[in-house]
Amino acid sequence: MESGFGSDFGSGGGGGGKLDPGLIMEQVKVQIAVANAQELLQRMTDKCFRKCIGKPGGSLDNSEQKCIAMCMDRYMDSWNTVSRAYNSRLQRERANM
Amino acid sequence: MDPPSAGGLGGADPQLQRFIEVETQKQRFQQLVHQMTELCWEKCMDKPGPKLDSRAETCFVNCVERFIDTSQFILNRLEQTQKSKSAFSESLSD
Repeated sequence: MESGFGSDFGSGGGGGGKLDPGLIMEQVKVQIAVANAQELLQRMTDKCFRKCIGKPGGSLDNSEQKCIAMCMDRYMDSWNTVSRAYNSRLQRERANM
Repeated sequence: MDPPSAGGLGGADPQLQRFIEVETQKQRFQQLVHQMTELCWEKCMDKPGPKLDSRAETCFVNCVERFIDTSQFILNRLEQTQKSKSAFSESLSD
């Protein structure tokens, strides 16, 4: 009688298949992406609340909602602009070293 | 055949070590972008409009550059004041 060789674990890495470095790296990358998204959302919410909500009423009226929507887009634009500018600066610094 | 490295995360495995270095650097970059966006938003954004106009865009770019200049200025000046302090105290102890 043959014992089954069918393994459920991937054969990547070495050892017992439990600490597959590739899997760990992927999971870490996902965690990092989630953390960054949360950070962005938190700051965006803070800024857009400040810009768009005056005296807090009983609900978000239409103008407030429109403002928040535009604010979100502008915040993303700003974030991208800053990211590009910072990247350019870093490359310039490296080129000068 | 080489046995798999059983060290702590990144401790013995060069692949993980490299990964950690790269991701750490990426995160430093991301954090600074978050921080500068927040700061520069205060300085460059009045009322959020339908698009980012060129004046605001220029402001953001300048803001990033000046922030990094400020950071470097502070480091340099701190280094200078430290140097002059230690030279002073050395001459005292003679």
